[in-house]
Amino acid sequence: MTLEDQIVRITSRLVVPFIQVYGIYIILHGHLSPGGGFSGGAIFGSSLVLVALSFNLEVGAKQISHDTSSILESGGALGFILTGLVAVVLGGNFLSNQAAGFPMGEAGELFSAGAIFIITTFLGIKVASTIITLFYNIIEEEDKSGASH
Amino acid sequence: MTEILTEILNALLLTFLVICAIAVAQIRDMLSAVIVFASFGLIMAIIWQQLSAPDVAMVEAALGTGVTTLLLIAAISKTRRAE
Repeated sequence: MTLEDQIVRITSRLVVPFIQVYGIYIILHGHLSPGGGFSGGAIFGSSLVLVALSFNLEVGAKQISHDTSSILESGGALGFILTGLVAVVLGGNFLSNQAAGFPMGEAGELFSAGAIFIITTFLGIKVASTIITLFYNIIEEEDKSGASH
Repeated sequence: MTEILTEILNALLLTFLVICAIAVAQIRDMLSAVIVFASFGLIMAIIWQQLSAPDVAMVEAALGTGVTTLLLIAAISKTRRAE
């Protein structure tokens, strides 16, 4: 292991937890502050890509494997659709919020705005795992062709 | 006074943006072009913030600077580095 490797690894080990907390914060506060599922998911996903890139693919796969991120990707989209269909079952239109009777809570609180909070969370899971799956697809194809990375 | 300083900052950012955009098109080394493109994304993120679009700025900083650079570097490592 060269000195450059060590600098990159120690820096990413220090920085990654903060990036992940920031990503989760943006996802959960999607209905209160700028950002939301897409921005927070992109930040969270790129933090896990940083782990796989600065260490190696085995350490990255220990955090979240290719299969797990594929399942999470499909699960996020499925949760989004199911939340929309719950509104239909409760008697509103697809993805309707207050009209379908989701509890609104107090404005400005974390657990408020009914379905938007749930939808943003699923969207964040979907976007984060999409970015990780995209990265794994490119890198693992590289291993198959025999080139070094 | 603050308005003048903000105008100067915006003019500087836009100048750097144009310089980066021309440099990306001119540079022959692919890896250098990708790194200049990342700095283009970073400046663009600050400009989005100046234009009162903080959510777009977040996406630009995470995707335009981080993930795009990673994917382009992965593409370069599978192909040739020089144009």
